[in-house]
Amino acid sequence: MPPRPTVEQMASAYAAEVALKRRRFLVSTIGFAALVVLAGWMAEIRLDVFFANIHKFPNYIARLFVLDSGPFAGHFVLLDVPAWFWGIGKWLRLLVDTLLIAYVATFLGALFAFIACFLAANNLGSSHWSSFAARRFLEFCRTVPELVFALIFVMAFGLGPIAGILAIVIHTTGALGKLFYEVLENVDQKPIEGLVASGASWTKTMRFAVLPQVLANFLSYALLRFEINVRGASVMGFVGAGGIGQDLMEAIRKFYYPDVSAILVLIIITVALIDLVTERVRHHFITQVS
Amino acid sequence: MANTERADGYTEIENAAMRARYASVFAPPSWGGRLFAAAALALLVFGLWHLGFSPSRFLNGVGSLGKLIVLMFPPEWGDTATLWRFVKSLGETVAIAFLGTLLAAGIALPLSLIAARNTTVSRVLRFFTRRSFDTLRGVDTLVWALIWVNVVGLGPFAGVLAIAISDIGSLGKLFSEAIEASDQRSVEGVKASGGAKLHTIRFGLLPQVAPVLIGQCLYYFESNTRSATIIGIVGAGGIGLQLSEQIRTLEWQKVALLIIMILITVSIIDHVSTRLRNAIVGGKPTAI
Repeated sequence: MPPRPTVEQMASAYAAEVALKRRRFLVSTIGFAALVVLAGWMAEIRLDVFFANIHKFPNYIARLFVLDSGPFAGHFVLLDVPAWFWGIGKWLRLLVDTLLIAYVATFLGALFAFIACFLAANNLGSSHWSSFAARRFLEFCRTVPELVFALIFVMAFGLGPIAGILAIVIHTTGALGKLFYEVLENVDQKPIEGLVASGASWTKTMRFAVLPQVLANFLSYALLRFEINVRGASVMGFVGAGGIGQDLMEAIRKFYYPDVSAILVLIIITVALIDLVTERVRHHFITQVS
Repeated sequence: MANTERADGYTEIENAAMRARYASVFAPPSWGGRLFAAAALALLVFGLWHLGFSPSRFLNGVGSLGKLIVLMFPPEWGDTATLWRFVKSLGETVAIAFLGTLLAAGIALPLSLIAARNTTVSRVLRFFTRRSFDTLRGVDTLVWALIWVNVVGLGPFAGVLAIAISDIGSLGKLFSEAIEASDQRSVEGVKASGGAKLHTIRFGLLPQVAPVLIGQCLYYFESNTRSATIIGIVGAGGIGLQLSEQIRTLEWQKVALLIIMILITVSIIDHVSTRLRNAIVGGKPTAI
């Protein structure tokens, strides 16, 4: 047994440790500060401009809630809710469009992801090359932001929701495909071995050994993605790819202040409702399985 | 029931016994399930119809998309000045994501202490902080970008502020959840040895939650790099501005180059940040 260190030895070792830690902290802080300065220079941070204009921000937010026409012009929006939500019919129609874009895109994206994930998973008999190719494809789909796809699709398919749907489908395929094949790679192998041993074909093995294990997870991820896609679809209109985003951007660009707040309120309420409902459904799926 | 062998090697009695024992496996799909699937499909068809989807229009679009893709190759940048402009705006994009995340984290940390149940100063304040997080998160980064462009003018600074403000909501929520999930024993230890409220936070809470919070920040930095590539579309700086400009002027070879640049940058950032995250959190998956 080595001799026990004396108190002095322990104290000096502790002091050395602390000094080392402090030095490391100092060096990394200086490095980090240098990064911040570099980034600030690149992003053209102008603090003088910021402080000269920052008062406009609360003003802007406040103006969003002041009516600009009707008998209550210049007053708080809640005094005349019908005037605030004057375009409710049109906005609700666009909101339904937005939800449908998100739904259709999530459905199709999940379908493609479902097909791709069996190719990409490396434990279910997919060859090395096809799994490599499927993974790179999914990576491409989810790395390019969906608005970039939307910009290009608007040129090919014309203005309108189809470009938006396709853009979200591609991104959803990439994002869900990755989650799906990760789920597949974590399945319990025992049922698979059981089915293979009793002579089941590949499709039957998937149907009776794999799907019962993963389906609840897949549905849960797809619903989560639907939530994300509703948000995504609400800004598709910014590039002319359908949904309520078009009206929102027009209202912001043309300084129709109360319209901006009205549309934002509608979007926020819708998104919150969708979150609430999908969370319930997801819990239902998860508890049903376990 | 005859005890004869069936084609699959089981006897009828064995088969019946298995059907009885694993009724749920052999049961036909339930009516609820069928109805649900039918409704989901019907909604899909209705959606496609309502949004003006038609096979001919789709095929036409695919045709012109194919032409565009052919026009994209080989990717090229024209002259050196253009390439330099692209590289500069790519750097700008990363800088926007970095500063936006940093600013958001700096503001979200103190606010999350108010929003967490175990560190809050008052219930009313907690309620309002949480609701403001929800509101900030509910408005998309692009919308914030448009608003900030109105306030501080066109340029990357508006992008930084847009990312910061929408991430204050997300990070604030995640931070406060991490704080609520923290172990109270170390906090009580500091309190028992005479520490004030601030001491309990600095020495009892922060060392415990810091790895989780840093992991979340890194994750958001990754996702913000993606957001920062598109906020340029509304004039808030970064490579999105170049991209939408090149698409509008139909310079498809340059568009392809820009997309490749975005792909490479995002992959590098993802890779580095995942490495860092694993190093900090110790390989454990971060609760995000």
